[in-house]
Amino acid sequence: MLQFIVRRLIVALLVAATVMTLAFILTRLSGDLAVSIAGPNATQEDIELVRKAYGLDRPLTTQFFEWVGRAVTGDLGESYFFKARVSSLIAERMPITITLGLTGLVIALLVSLPLGILAAVRENTTLDRVVQMVALLGQAMPSFWLGLILMITLGLQLGWLPISGTGSWQHYVMPGIVLAFSAIPALTRLTRAGMIQAMGSDYIRTARAKGLSRASILLKHALRNAAIPVVAIAAVQLGFMLGGSIVIEQVFALHGVGFLAWESIGKNDFPVVQAVVLVLAVIYVALTMLADLMNAVLDPRLR
Amino acid sequence: MSALLEIEDLAVSFGRTGAVRGTSLTVERGETLCVVGESGCGKSVTALAVMNLLARGARRTARSMRFQGEDLLGLSDAGMARLRGNDMAMIFQEPMTSLNPAYTVGSQMTEVLRRHKGTPQRVAVDRAADLLARVGITAPGLRLGQFPHQLSGGLRQRVMIAMALMCEPKLLIADEPTTALDVTVQAQILRLLAQLQRDLGLGMLLITHDLGIVARVAHKVAVMYAGKVVENAATAELFASPRHPYTQGLLRCVPVPGKIKRDEPLGSIPGTVPRVGPDFEGCAFRERCSFADPTCTQEIPRHRAGGTHDFLCRLPA
Repeated sequence: MLQFIVRRLIVALLVAATVMTLAFILTRLSGDLAVSIAGPNATQEDIELVRKAYGLDRPLTTQFFEWVGRAVTGDLGESYFFKARVSSLIAERMPITITLGLTGLVIALLVSLPLGILAAVRENTTLDRVVQMVALLGQAMPSFWLGLILMITLGLQLGWLPISGTGSWQHYVMPGIVLAFSAIPALTRLTRAGMIQAMGSDYIRTARAKGLSRASILLKHALRNAAIPVVAIAAVQLGFMLGGSIVIEQVFALHGVGFLAWESIGKNDFPVVQAVVLVLAVIYVALTMLADLMNAVLDPRLR
Repeated sequence: MSALLEIEDLAVSFGRTGAVRGTSLTVERGETLCVVGESGCGKSVTALAVMNLLARGARRTARSMRFQGEDLLGLSDAGMARLRGNDMAMIFQEPMTSLNPAYTVGSQMTEVLRRHKGTPQRVAVDRAADLLARVGITAPGLRLGQFPHQLSGGLRQRVMIAMALMCEPKLLIADEPTTALDVTVQAQILRLLAQLQRDLGLGMLLITHDLGIVARVAHKVAVMYAGKVVENAATAELFASPRHPYTQGLLRCVPVPGKIKRDEPLGSIPGTVPRVGPDFEGCAFRERCSFADPTCTQEIPRHRAGGTHDFLCRLPA
């Protein structure tokens, strides 16, 4: 177990290093920070002055290692536009993104577990095919488009839910649904496959031979085993959702980390963009590790 | 009093294959009936049909199926579930995979008792520990808290047996319970089953392909071939004077120390059990039978050869 954790930590470090390099290179490729700080009416001299003042004239490698060196100690630098520490910017907005991600995950599980079980129990019937079709549609649907559709129907026409902002829990429902849609197909298919496999197993035959109720056979004996891969993927999906909320936070005007990233990309605010990418990558790696640990908890054979 | 289990003319088909084609069996209280035959002869399907545990897509029909006088054919799924694990229990050929890997031995054993008798958990745990001790498991308290993967195949099969006994069943159906085990463990499990059967007065339907097992534990034997019982007899009678050519062939395949000579080839039956449709006519063994003649394609009469001995062959007694 210890060896396993150490190995995972090494992988996590490698991932972090890769992500930092890529984030650094991509932000430099995407625009010139000096130009955007100087503003649209700046002359070439102004831009050069800004470049010097912010140390952007130094070689890229120097800038990179300076950033990495600080980041390792937890110092993510300062935003050029918000005039604030990047770490406090992210910390301030993280709760919104995490709330959104968890809402999305809960909705996704509430939909995909029952659907997957239903499809498995009715394997190869029309119902099963309909469920799989719906799952496929969900995967094919762009989230910004679904978000807009929901805003028009649930928000404007029916008036059930607020369409933007973060004032109450209701504000998280619609973006949560949109976020969940991206995770539902995979989770539903995985639940279905796991349940079909479990239901055909010898231990389910034993459970039936014991005269257990249908509910106990399905939900206790089969689901417990089918859920093992689902839990792992759900944790990974949560990572996707936290990262993928950039679009949705934009659409629903939720001022979370995704929104911050979007704003900063527009302004070439490199320190913020780099830090957001790094933080999300680290969370993602941590979640995949958590998934493995949860597998070990759920599956006694792995303990 | 009616027999413990009485099946008349059971037929099970999977699409165009007739797995069981008119099988009649009777198990009396406290009696062990062995059903023998090669792989694919329909013996396991017969056992599963009694428990109503057949896979989806199987078609089960019978003239009658009675358990303690109760009609099993007319029972609803819920009614059948009330009998299973309670008055009739079953153990399987695959001890390695028949226990749920996600739950402890104790949890899996006690849930049967809670389900059927509403026994409180604490009492159920005590009974589970008693039964584990009874099937020869040392340190039952420790085993109750363990997961199946921590136990050997022999131990798991003992757990399955103990679990089957939780509700004091009247009938135990055992489908090749020792096939997957080491020879030494096989002997232990068999001895255990025979002893439990005697002590608890269990009726037992034991499915096996091993005539050595039959000789040791069966009171009577039904020999199955291609979905039909081709010979019924009390155990001693069957071994002394087998009447059906298939039974005779099976017995020739068993080496008996002292009776066979060192370099003499052991008997064998050429070919394998054919897959036949539900409406197959005549004797299904005719292709492999050295006594076969054209009349074997017609309907075969069942001959009596004494009180409880009968066989299905055109050749008269």
